[in-house]
Amino acid sequence: MGTATLPPPLTKKDFQTDQEVRWCPGCGDYAILSAVQSVFPELGIKRENFVVVSGIGCSSRFPYYMNTFGFHTIHGRAPAVATGIKAIRPDLEVWVATGDGDALSIGGNHTIHMLRRNVGIKVLLFNNKIYGLTKGQYSPTSEFNKKTKSTPFGSVDRPFNPMSLAIGSEATFVARSVDVFQGHLKETLKHAAAHKGSAFVEILQNCNIFNDGAWFSLTERDARSEHVIQLEHGKPLVFGKNRDKGIRRKPDGDIEVVQLGNGITESDLAVHDAHHPRPSYAFLLSHMEHRPGFPTPIGVFRAWDDLPRYEDVMNQQIKDVIAKRGPGDLGKLLRAGDTWEVK
Amino acid sequence: MSTLAEVPPVKNKREVLDQAVIRFAGDSGDGMQITGNQFTNTAALYGNDIATFPDYPAEIRAPAGTIPGVSGFQLHFSSNEVYTPGDAIDVLIAMNPAALKVNIADLKANGILIVNSDSFKEGDLRKAQMTSNPLEDHSLDKFRLFSVELERLTRRSLEHLGLDAKSMDRCKNFFALGMCYWLYNRSMDPTVRWIEDKFKNKPLLVEANKLALKGGYSYCEATEAFQISYEIPPAQLTPGLYRSMSGNQALALGFVTAAQKSGLRLFQGSYPITPASDILHELSQYKDFGVMTFQAEDEIAAITSAIGAAYAGALAITTTSGPGMALKTEALGLAVAVEIPLVICDIQRGGPSTGLPTKTEQADLLQALFGRNSEAPIPVLAAATPADCFWVAIEACRIAVKYMVPVIILSDGYLANGAEPWRIPELKDIPDFPVKFATDPASFLPYKRDPETLARPWAVPGTPGLEHRIGGLEKQDPTGNINYEPLNHENMVRVRAAKVAAVAQDIPNLLPAGDPEGDLLIVAWGSTCGSITAALKAQRAKGRRIGHLHLRHLNPLPSNLGDILKRYKKVLVPELNMGQLLWVLRAKYLVDAIGLNKIQGRPFKQAELEQKIEEMLGL
Repeated sequence: MGTATLPPPLTKKDFQTDQEVRWCPGCGDYAILSAVQSVFPELGIKRENFVVVSGIGCSSRFPYYMNTFGFHTIHGRAPAVATGIKAIRPDLEVWVATGDGDALSIGGNHTIHMLRRNVGIKVLLFNNKIYGLTKGQYSPTSEFNKKTKSTPFGSVDRPFNPMSLAIGSEATFVARSVDVFQGHLKETLKHAAAHKGSAFVEILQNCNIFNDGAWFSLTERDARSEHVIQLEHGKPLVFGKNRDKGIRRKPDGDIEVVQLGNGITESDLAVHDAHHPRPSYAFLLSHMEHRPGFPTPIGVFRAWDDLPRYEDVMNQQIKDVIAKRGPGDLGKLLRAGDTWEVK
Repeated sequence: MSTLAEVPPVKNKREVLDQAVIRFAGDSGDGMQITGNQFTNTAALYGNDIATFPDYPAEIRAPAGTIPGVSGFQLHFSSNEVYTPGDAIDVLIAMNPAALKVNIADLKANGILIVNSDSFKEGDLRKAQMTSNPLEDHSLDKFRLFSVELERLTRRSLEHLGLDAKSMDRCKNFFALGMCYWLYNRSMDPTVRWIEDKFKNKPLLVEANKLALKGGYSYCEATEAFQISYEIPPAQLTPGLYRSMSGNQALALGFVTAAQKSGLRLFQGSYPITPASDILHELSQYKDFGVMTFQAEDEIAAITSAIGAAYAGALAITTTSGPGMALKTEALGLAVAVEIPLVICDIQRGGPSTGLPTKTEQADLLQALFGRNSEAPIPVLAAATPADCFWVAIEACRIAVKYMVPVIILSDGYLANGAEPWRIPELKDIPDFPVKFATDPASFLPYKRDPETLARPWAVPGTPGLEHRIGGLEKQDPTGNINYEPLNHENMVRVRAAKVAAVAQDIPNLLPAGDPEGDLLIVAWGSTCGSITAALKAQRAKGRRIGHLHLRHLNPLPSNLGDILKRYKKVLVPELNMGQLLWVLRAKYLVDAIGLNKIQGRPFKQAELEQKIEEMLGL
């Protein structure tokens, strides 16, 4: 191979724009922006090949702050716009920035269809369990009985679990991280970037204006290790400040929390298998946070990359037809079927 | 006993006519659309000019034999130029009492009525809510009634094949078609070829359908049923190579042609909806042209995926009908704001809401012109005939990429499914319109405009140095940065409007058909063109001074329209709606135009137009 001169490596600065960032001071979005700007230069992808697409909401201002190609679209539709981009240009690296209202309420349909098609798009779902840009109404991830401006007597909706929804849509990559866990977030983003198919990353994010502390039970130093379990492929499911608790499979297929010791060791625990081709185990994990005594998982729930990407299948089908029929002859096409000559 | 085919032909009287209108009507399961299409194809290949009107129910299979289940196909074929499928019909084929009941009012006095007498039993009559048998009660005396046992005769033609009764009965439409071919002295060869191709993997069905077809033909020959047959010589059309073309097919071919002429890849995002789905069916076949079709999860994803594809450098289109158009509204606004090329086809149908899904209407004009939040002007084009859809598709794409705007095409159910002969153009006669993407970072700004067209650059992702952000928020001119300043907003609103208005410089001056000035000007758009042309011709033959303008460009309107309006004493605007173009013309030109409005899910009849013309002329 020739010795091509490599351009200087990209840095975080290369991905920053000159636009004033207009999120509220203290917003979790700043941390996410910083993590993404740190990870992008490490991916070995030319800057012009990144496209960041968003819908509407606080999180959807994201493209304006990324010095890449960026498209701020309309509420909920970013996955569909991104699908069109990917269909035509599978070589581009397309990331969607979205929120709990954008992706799960108004855009829920596009989210599930993008996932089931396995379009090679990375989705960053900023989940702050509230509508921020419209100033504080409950969202589809808000807890039941949430008192907000639009629900002064408490919300009566049961919330979506974004992980369960994505896994239920048979997404091939499903992960969760937290705005303030910078190291974990960057690692998770790198895992997502390495995935060829649809990658769905929920980022638990604090809205310090309208829903401050929504994730404190997971993020405060004292509580964190008791309430959070980090999923790592090939490792047993251990959690707790002293790493003294774990998740064990029960004979009926369910899971239970067990205290290590008294004859129970790590070898009795479930070993995390993110690469399992079927989504049922990941779904079980996604649901445990709703059960008393169970921790909330973060990390990669599922990363099964054997399914071809939608855009590749689409383009391959075209190539196959051209290989079989030869490239289309427009003159012939116009003359196809029964024709007659008038002299 | 000898078979039918062996009976020596009887000499019949043969009369030469210049035109005929024939309608096949039956249950939606009776194959009336196929039958009609076969006759159309045969007539077209013979060299007649044609116009067709398929009219089918929204229900796939309403209960057999009932009124809602009636499906019809009307064909007007002639040795002269044809503009409409015809007001009244010369020959009606009614496969059951319901089909008779729905269609008999359109049959001319002394017209030929062929009925399938096997389906006029008491139960059949009851399903059509008839209290007496019209074949016996003399209610059909003013027609030439031919009561034919279609089922029994078809079965007899096929009895040796070993098919079950149901399969044999399914061939009865071709028995009827064979009779019509005899009646109009047509060759059965094109239909025989079609049968052989259609059922190529089912030899028994090839045999059965061919036998049924020939059975019908031989039956007429043998029985002297009609005593007379007709000859309609070929029409004198402009020399060239022709094929039969429907509106939806023409749109699809137009888009493939536009992609080639612009050097772009075609992307269609679409969600199935009647009567637009055939464009998706058609384009999905053209993968060898690199055409990418995406059946989206909904109407919104259909247009937004197309916006994404356009952003990535494709010639992007989305196709729908009125209800889908309503869903696409917000995304249309986005396309206006980010100024990217996109073509949206609205194949109109009766509304509001679900309305009359399979029937035609022109009531989406104001929606196309104004149906978006805020100031969001979009060029709007309308096709006048099925074949015109081809040219309108190319014109819409040309405007979209030249001005970096979304463009709406209005067609309707009548154009979509109707067919006419189309003179196939030479590709070299269609101008190229190559597209230049932005590539130079030094001179690039996202909203820096071409001084002539006001188009902004098309900068596709993947181009080094052109990284930039666009979106639905108001942008600063020309940087594209978010900007909420009052004067910037007013400037951007006015620039976007000026850009669309500038398309007018690209529209050739209008030239009225008929009289260049006079007593009455008919101004219209869309699928009413045929009926108006026919009415105009008839009225001018009576010495009336009438002109006709048929608008292809509905936004912006052609520059000389205002001048032409002044050259006539009166202005008539016929539309299949409550008066939408009328409203626009009155508002824009302060002209006291009069509307003729029909909202029945059906096209204008020539007679309806002539009556209104005469009324306005005080005759």
